[in-house]
Amino acid sequence: MAESYIGAPIRRREDIRFITGAGTYVDDIKLPHMVHAAILRSPHAHARILSIDTKRAEALPGVVSVFTLEDIGELDATVPIRMYKIPGLDKYLQPSLARDMVRYVGEPVAVAVAESRYLAEDALDAIDVDYEILQEVMDVREALEDKVLVHEHNGTNLAGVHHVSIGDADKAFAEADYTRREEFRVHRFTGNPMETRGAVAHFDRGKGELRVYGATKLPHLNRQTIAAFLQLPEHKCHFEENDVGGGFGIRGELYPEDFLIPFASVRLGLPVKWIEDRREHLLAANHSRQVTCELEIAARKDGTLLALRAQIYGDMGAYVRTHGGLVPCSTAALLTGPYRIPNYEAKIHCIMTNKTGLGTLRAPGRVESCFYRERMLDMMARDLDLDPVELRKKNLVTPEEIPYEIGFTRPSSHPTILDSGDYASALRQALERFQYDEMLELQGLRDDGRYHGVGLSYFVKNTGGLEPYEGARMVVGEGGGVSVYLSIAQLGQGHETAMAQICADALCVPMDAISVFHGNTDLSPFGWGTFASRGTVMAGNAVHLTALQLKDKILEAAARHLDVDAANLSLEDGNIVQTGTEAPALPLGELVAHMRESITPEQGVPELEATAYYNSNNITHTYGVHLAHVAVDPETGMLEVLKYLVVEDVGRVVNPLMVHGQTVGAAVQGIGGVVLEELVYGEGGQLLTTTFLDYLLPTSTDVPPIDDLVLEEAPSPYNPLGVKGAGEGGIVGTAGALGNAVSNALGIEVKDLPLSPDRIRAWLRAREDG
Amino acid sequence: MKPAPFTYYCPDTLDEAVRLLHEHGDDGKILAGGQSLMPLMSLRLARPAVIVDMNRVPGLDRIAVNGDGGLSIGAMTRQRAIERDAALAERNPLLAAAVPLIGHFQIRNRGTVGGSLVHADPASELPAVSVTLGADFVLASAAGERVVSAEDFYLGYMATACEANEVLTEVRVPAWKAGRLWAIDEVARRKGDFAMAGVALWVDMDGGACADARITLFGVGGKPVRVEKAEQHLKGAALDDATLKEVERIVFEELEPDSDIHASALYRKEVGGVLTRRALGAAAARGTEAA
Repeated sequence: MAESYIGAPIRRREDIRFITGAGTYVDDIKLPHMVHAAILRSPHAHARILSIDTKRAEALPGVVSVFTLEDIGELDATVPIRMYKIPGLDKYLQPSLARDMVRYVGEPVAVAVAESRYLAEDALDAIDVDYEILQEVMDVREALEDKVLVHEHNGTNLAGVHHVSIGDADKAFAEADYTRREEFRVHRFTGNPMETRGAVAHFDRGKGELRVYGATKLPHLNRQTIAAFLQLPEHKCHFEENDVGGGFGIRGELYPEDFLIPFASVRLGLPVKWIEDRREHLLAANHSRQVTCELEIAARKDGTLLALRAQIYGDMGAYVRTHGGLVPCSTAALLTGPYRIPNYEAKIHCIMTNKTGLGTLRAPGRVESCFYRERMLDMMARDLDLDPVELRKKNLVTPEEIPYEIGFTRPSSHPTILDSGDYASALRQALERFQYDEMLELQGLRDDGRYHGVGLSYFVKNTGGLEPYEGARMVVGEGGGVSVYLSIAQLGQGHETAMAQICADALCVPMDAISVFHGNTDLSPFGWGTFASRGTVMAGNAVHLTALQLKDKILEAAARHLDVDAANLSLEDGNIVQTGTEAPALPLGELVAHMRESITPEQGVPELEATAYYNSNNITHTYGVHLAHVAVDPETGMLEVLKYLVVEDVGRVVNPLMVHGQTVGAAVQGIGGVVLEELVYGEGGQLLTTTFLDYLLPTSTDVPPIDDLVLEEAPSPYNPLGVKGAGEGGIVGTAGALGNAVSNALGIEVKDLPLSPDRIRAWLRAREDG
Repeated sequence: MKPAPFTYYCPDTLDEAVRLLHEHGDDGKILAGGQSLMPLMSLRLARPAVIVDMNRVPGLDRIAVNGDGGLSIGAMTRQRAIERDAALAERNPLLAAAVPLIGHFQIRNRGTVGGSLVHADPASELPAVSVTLGADFVLASAAGERVVSAEDFYLGYMATACEANEVLTEVRVPAWKAGRLWAIDEVARRKGDFAMAGVALWVDMDGGACADARITLFGVGGKPVRVEKAEQHLKGAALDDATLKEVERIVFEELEPDSDIHASALYRKEVGGVLTRRALGAAAARGTEAA
């Protein structure tokens, strides 16, 4: 057996099934008598619905039902806010089907159910909706003027405001040698998991039970909301996730469709399937980013940072969805990064526009704030003639200062505390590995006719926490096989492997004896979900605690069986060993077999199972450095990323292959978002990027091999395993590093994204003219 | 993303195909490789009532060398077949170099020469290349055949001289002149994307001076854009830096592109000029290598 399963580069158990096409995704679910739903979506960004006539559609052959909000009646089908409930936001919630008004292109208006998806889409064509088109508002600055109101009855587009105030920023600015003010913008883009959303809902009229396939990310929470909506007992609603092709924050949130498909099944008494197509995904699933920031920095001449002041504007779209004010608020939450900045003030504005609602996307707000801050630091270094690396080193929080309490940077009762880290050490290792000093020599115009640049960013990212617990149940069965039942969902990360590694180490059984089950609300009564890089932190520690409890129970049972003191027993590689004796080891399977045979009323039922929850409000923080080398063709504006390095400290690595995969995948997703991807709205508030022809994802030819160095120098003191989440470190620093690299290459100051060739040409033209 | 209802025909002969087109007129649409039509139908942006699938019509996928050394390419020839035809690269290096720029290999496996030419996306390579090569298109209908030059074929934004009752059957490419210099270049957001700007050109030299040239840009207008002013400027000139710079300026002046989400009109003008200058430089370098 391996010395320790934790830390071993074990290939994912899931891989074979995914790679060979043996996975079962929601679209693979096919039930008898199943019918198919399609959703009529608003073609207008802002309009009043004068009438909806479904008669023509209902009369089409093969059409089972067409329904609108009126049919949902008194049931509450409002998408709730679950996090970052800033006062006021709850007046901007989305009904699952439009009520009198449509407020973005793609808003669900009606549902058609038919014998096939083809017929359902034909039915959509035959629904007659009469709209009175209204003026739309698409820009946050314009929206703040309140000339066009997205929700007229609320009287304003400013849905909510949150203040962060630490120290005395105004005083620091007044006394500072140096200040600078800049406006930065991050554009709108989204997660695009390979598998789009989807649901199969099956209401069994005979049993009064609802089964929903395709649930993921937050199955328990979604079940709670949907059971309440349909007025069904929660325990009679079973949510199953199946295999999932990625989430990235987008997939698994509660959306209008999560109400509509179960509702259709209850209404019809038939299994109903809806699979989101890519056009719908780009129109209807959460958009993300698009936060604008007016940032001010104050420092001493020598580069000592004194204060930050920020006005943050989040473009929430037309409705506040499940995440509430999370995206703009998270921008403020870690704006100070890994640096000692004693005075910090931020005002976060949540602003409504006629766009699709905003939600999370891998490191929401943190990608944005890292971009603003790291760009600003490079500008400041230039202004003060300081070395940008030295400037950062000077201000990094030191190990002696940790745990370092930044203060209350979130709308939460918990302060933000940097829990562990040696920030200077990670920076030093990043610079060495990247050969930073040699790379700097390459900057400027090279023989290839392109301008080369190197850029650096430093990030911290909160992982785990947010919602306080996850649980695991563990059972020993025939042959000593161990079943681990998780409360947490999986979106493709590899819980089946990582949790087995953690279990094997704590329980002292071979990993091969362990099977991990997840993705069904029946496995566990409570659970939160897979987000904020919390899987390993929360569920991993739950598995660890459960395994320790189960081990004690096993040893107690063995002690009874062997008639020895449990204190003299230990588990080693799946065998019960009597320490200090020559007695033969008792394989766990034999203990189980014996216990099965020897059940008597006197002995009681042998219990070889345990359930435990890991419960903690403490948030761990990963940290690290991104370094990029880019080349830009000044005549075409074409940007090539030549070399990219991510260094991150995740506290303790459970599986280096999986962390490597997360890091590389996140960096690729980050580079794609910064260079290629953009949700573009055009005239009349139409979304122009509704296919992959126009919404450009990075392909294998668009990114260089990503180098990564994963450190374990600073285990988190907050949890037994010492782990931190590894899902987002690879993306957080991408905008900052690439923005700095392009700025350094061209001698310009990048303040907005994406780094498209057209935009780069415009910056160069402006420089030539100016 | 499911197409609206349509009637599907899969004729076995060309006669049957043109009869169906004649019968259904504007309601009919030809299915060749389906690389553009099928996505458009799935999005319900195209809703043809009748599909005439040409994939079972024999004889439309041949590449033949004519007596004069020119090429005759069947409209149903897969783009990949051209890409893999080493002999064709000898006979027409510009055409051979253009094909790998089309989409990705999966698309070229399925996509046809005729489909791309008739679909007439202004940012695609083959229409521009056919204009630069001076190709002729053979159009068949129930009334017989007619031949239209590539230049006359493209009328405007995704509009061609091909009538609803006609089908493109063959592309005739004039013989490649010995010693001809050429280049094709494009700028796209990602490899395989439609070009934001591109150029396909050839130059025939007489000693140190240009005797004749053809320059066609793509992605910079509603149809392939031939820049005759630039061609005129080249005639009699050496392919030196000054000439190339001037051609860049002329192309910049001549182009009247539109803006879209990927690039502004100004960007396309600039990059159209830059690419033409670079392509001429690459063509000239080919001449130097050959000498």
